[in-house]
Amino acid sequence: MSIFVDQETRLLVQGITGRDGSFHTRQMISYGTKVVAGVTPGKGGQLFDGVVPVFDTVADAVRETKPTCSVIYVPAAVAASAILEAADAGLPLVVCITEGIPVLDMTRALPFLHEHGARLIGPNCPGLISPTKGKVGIIPGNICKPGRIGVVSRSGTLTYEIIHQLTRAGHGQSTCVGIGGDPLIGTNFIQCLSAFEADPDTDAVVLIGEIGGTDEQQAAEFAQRGMTKPVIGFIAGQTAPPGRRMGHAGAIISGSSGTAAEKMAAFERAGISVMKRPADVVPLLEERL
Amino acid sequence: MNLYEYQAREILRRHGIPVPDGDVATTPDEARAIAQRLGGRVVVKAQVHAGGRGKAGGVKLATNPTEAAAHARQILGMTIKGLPVRKVLVAPAADIASESYVGMIVDRGAQRPVLMVSAAGGVDIEAVAAHTPTQIHRLAVDPRYGLLSHQALGLALTLYRDVAQARAAADIMQRLYTAFYAVGASLAEINPLATTPDGKVMALDAKIVVDDNELERRPEIAALRDPEAEAASEVAAREAGLSFIKLDGTVGCCVNGAGLAMATMDLVKYYGGEPANFLDIGGSSNPQKVVAALRIITADPSVRAILFNIFGGITRCDDVANGIVQATQQLPLKVPMVIRLTGTNEQEAVAILTRAGYTALTDMDDAVKQAVARARGKAA
Repeated sequence: MSIFVDQETRLLVQGITGRDGSFHTRQMISYGTKVVAGVTPGKGGQLFDGVVPVFDTVADAVRETKPTCSVIYVPAAVAASAILEAADAGLPLVVCITEGIPVLDMTRALPFLHEHGARLIGPNCPGLISPTKGKVGIIPGNICKPGRIGVVSRSGTLTYEIIHQLTRAGHGQSTCVGIGGDPLIGTNFIQCLSAFEADPDTDAVVLIGEIGGTDEQQAAEFAQRGMTKPVIGFIAGQTAPPGRRMGHAGAIISGSSGTAAEKMAAFERAGISVMKRPADVVPLLEERL
Repeated sequence: MNLYEYQAREILRRHGIPVPDGDVATTPDEARAIAQRLGGRVVVKAQVHAGGRGKAGGVKLATNPTEAAAHARQILGMTIKGLPVRKVLVAPAADIASESYVGMIVDRGAQRPVLMVSAAGGVDIEAVAAHTPTQIHRLAVDPRYGLLSHQALGLALTLYRDVAQARAAADIMQRLYTAFYAVGASLAEINPLATTPDGKVMALDAKIVVDDNELERRPEIAALRDPEAEAASEVAAREAGLSFIKLDGTVGCCVNGAGLAMATMDLVKYYGGEPANFLDIGGSSNPQKVVAALRIITADPSVRAILFNIFGGITRCDDVANGIVQATQQLPLKVPMVIRLTGTNEQEAVAILTRAGYTALTDMDDAVKQAVARARGKAA
């Protein structure tokens, strides 16, 4: 098994004819993902690369091709609208790769998703991959290998670095999920940890966090309370300058809890093995398996 | 993007929030003229993107226009937390009966805009938050309905016993909420929200931070940016589409992706070095970005070695390699460079770099260790 995405996933691509959308659609198809439809308003009726039917709206695509998941590659200015359209058409899983979406757009999109019962992954994320089963997003397939380690991360290329280290040492992955680096995201660490805990084909989870916010502390609490599987954690930004504070309100909301030191301490308290650098992932994992 | 106090005040004023009269001056003569027009005592306030202006001597009272000009002359020459003061706000010195705090921010946990108020406003609001958090009242607003009248009044009644004042403050909060969404803010603060001896409620000082992702669709807000308030290297980076923060170390870092960039800086420190900067070239494959990045890094005289760490995904390693070769042809390097590339089109990249006389590593730890050694003047 795997989480969120597998060989049964029927994928719809929003923005399939754009520069990024077309490039990554080809990558996903060559990886073996079932891409059943694309959406680009005004290009309905065309075939992408002679194979994938393109529709003007998500509702049309859903009616004709029964996708189970949508991935979004449209520009930031219209990305929140694309998320709403996917949820409105009844898609249960929406993955938004686009970066640069205004946070206030997300304050309005998230309650809408909730009301429609849709799960959003991202925005500003690399998507997810269940090696050899399916890939939704932009994680390079060639660095992954099928196996029993779950990976969940707020970052993009740092995730690739850690997957690469795992694969090189022979530790394949059940699913790798990039949940996104924005302040407001659809799926958090806890929801991914809980899915990995329930997945019989995942033995351990690697969690990659960053400075800012308190998601990692909440994930640590959850891991201690609700998980039997070992968790290995990393926090990027140990040397980042405290700098760029957002006025008083930022300090009032988060205090010092957003620092790497706070987060690493929370991991340790919760029994999560803490990596000091990406290369620690393999030895720490082997200790815990 | 940070707005200056005078810009934030203008936004509040346009949304119907009472703010005192006043204007901005860039010379002592302008300050004198504004003080003349206002009459009476005025306050001269440094306009700078830093907190603690008052404690740094950037806020001064003047009893007449000549004194206002003298204060302006002094403040306009000041540097506060490394930032030169180029503008002052001249406003009437209001008599204050009480000072409250009203702030709004998007809370990641609640995933909603949160309004925070405290009757203990003024300069020490952060100490209040740290030591007596019960004096701060919060409300997460449901953005589907906005800040409702009774919610605003409920919060305002924690600030004022007088119902007329509470209603005035509630109205200000609702207008602040509207302004927040109208300008695409990530933070808006009124501190202090003051009452005057005759019972009026008004915003004496304001701070607004706009979400950078909003600027493309709000050209009128983007136009408020003051390029002089930023370091030249940071302006150059933004114009080239790079994300850059200058630090104090000697190892110049050029990385794709913010998470990997931070992890690279951490690893530099782990091996005993100090990063000279945070630099994320982003997810694109444009060799010109690499040229711009190298130009910015090499302009920093404290850089003793340059470290590239590229994990190719969307970014193609061969594009980065081409950028490195082009850049070093345009501006010959005076410091050693260590290159680590892996991922998409890695072999093409290694071939390009080898032809140009550079070696490329594939392991992150090896590359960082070498860069730290080179920055210390040791051969790898």
